[in-house]
Amino acid sequence: MTKKIVLNMITQRSIEEGVAMEKGKTTPEYFKACSIVEMNPEDMKKLGIWKNTSVRVTSEVGSVIVTAKEPTQFCPPGLAHIRQGVWANQVVPPRTQSTGTPQYSGFPVTIEPAIDERVKTALELVQGSVGLWKGGN
Amino acid sequence: MPKWITQVGCPYCGASCDDLEVLVSDDGKRVLETRNACAIGNEIFHHAQSPSRPKLPRMRQPDGSMKEVSYDEAIDYTAKTLLAAKKPLIYGFGSTNCEGMSAVARVAEKGGAVLDNCASICHGPSFLAIFDNGYPSCTLGEAKNRADVVVFWGCNPMHAHPRHTSRYSIFPRGTFTAKGQMTRTIICVDPRETDTAKLADHHLMVKQGHDYDLFDAFRTVLRGHDIPDEVAGIPKKTILDAAKVMKNARFVMIFFGMGCTHTDGRNHNVDIAISLTRDLNAHTKASIMAMRGHYNIAGPGQVWSWQFGFPYCIDLSKGTHAHMNPGETSSIDLAMRGEIDCFVNVGTDAGAHFPIRAVEQLKKHPFITVDPNICMASEISDLHIPVRVVGVEEPGVVYRMDNVPIQFKKVVDGPEGVPSDEELFDRVYERMCELTETEPIWLLAKDHAKAATNAEQ
Repeated sequence: MTKKIVLNMITQRSIEEGVAMEKGKTTPEYFKACSIVEMNPEDMKKLGIWKNTSVRVTSEVGSVIVTAKEPTQFCPPGLAHIRQGVWANQVVPPRTQSTGTPQYSGFPVTIEPAIDERVKTALELVQGSVGLWKGGN
Repeated sequence: MPKWITQVGCPYCGASCDDLEVLVSDDGKRVLETRNACAIGNEIFHHAQSPSRPKLPRMRQPDGSMKEVSYDEAIDYTAKTLLAAKKPLIYGFGSTNCEGMSAVARVAEKGGAVLDNCASICHGPSFLAIFDNGYPSCTLGEAKNRADVVVFWGCNPMHAHPRHTSRYSIFPRGTFTAKGQMTRTIICVDPRETDTAKLADHHLMVKQGHDYDLFDAFRTVLRGHDIPDEVAGIPKKTILDAAKVMKNARFVMIFFGMGCTHTDGRNHNVDIAISLTRDLNAHTKASIMAMRGHYNIAGPGQVWSWQFGFPYCIDLSKGTHAHMNPGETSSIDLAMRGEIDCFVNVGTDAGAHFPIRAVEQLKKHPFITVDPNICMASEISDLHIPVRVVGVEEPGVVYRMDNVPIQFKKVVDGPEGVPSDEELFDRVYERMCELTETEPIWLLAKDHAKAATNAEQ
């Protein structure tokens, strides 16, 4: 049985993400900076996974494969963080509480190991969602 | 000889640093080096030089590929698409100058569009709170020269506004804060131990989503009442201590960010923060400031407020008067309800930064991107029109996070033939007037104003 945990997800900035974004959203730097989920090592233990392996993150609106990382900025158990960008927005719920602003932080996600799954590129995810993806990497 | 250009503005975050120095090559065409910029700002100046930057508009072909077309063709397509649409949405503007925003507003008015900026997914809730509760704020110079207690609530300037702490909030030695950091007590409220929290004297590791409870506790304490033993995961003693620090300060400066505006409660987290600031003014001087994101995201708020009376989510579809009601007229809400039949992305990347479900909705209709670079929006567009990079190749006015206008410089020439946002949208407006056989009144007014200025000189 694959283990699963429910964590509270936030999506925020990081300087690596800022630099990579200015380098270009299609660069390897952007992929490296943003296709990750940071979570507490205790939560990784509960999932039975090693750091730097693929996990599937699923919210009420979708799911995405990202690489699990130990946070550089301490993240308490129960909280998970994906840096803002293409991968985070695959799972961000668009509900706005009638303010125009989506639920970018503080939504429940299920995380499960997906050790053999490939992390998709930004273009593959976005073009794939709108039916423009032509294959390749 | 390569030349150092000084007092250059940085087109990245809301700190809008204007003390950059840029080394430009002999021929004035290439950026060789930068000084003073943070890692992100430095990257922008170098990326503008990228040989892979598109220099002509690209139109999507029936087979899905993109083909280069002339600017005239792109302008014609944009004008016709906007006029054909029943309710087009023009969105973005974090990263352009005020001249560009003003030009786009004229196009939006002509096309009966909804005009919205990145505030609606960022500090829009702060605007809503300001409408309800006011904005007791100040400029960043006041914070630098006076603030002896600085609160970072739900924001992480070490990552999002990298030079904020060294220019305005923690380290600088100001007129009445001569010992710099030694003078200041730093309080950080964040569910993570961020790199900003690591600099703080008091880190309140609040339970995510419970900021409202914690603000409430602070207000209760300041009014002399008792609070429970623990609020939002923070022990009573920690709250009492932090409240005492604020109360005994000479000048409290509260900065807040996405930790308040993106979480449950949205605008209510901000309006109670404003109420706390007002309460603190019964004891000392206190001021609050939104950590605005892009270098000129305060710009559309300013420009459109004097054009239409509203800062964002502006519905111009009635033709004669503007209407604003975020929740009804915001980009995300309109997209999710399928109320938009054309999307124009200007100086932002809705493809990457909107929830994907909203992108899918927008993509059902014509999708145009105006941006200097390849981004996710440009790669799913029907038409991508490249423009010059403001702050690097195009000068202009930008508004810092405290609404102080700064004149940004041009340091190098842009790629030949590539227009600025302002030039592009003036041409779109002119084309729309041709197609509808109407007078381009705003361009005539602009020419008139220019002639008057020249005559004075």
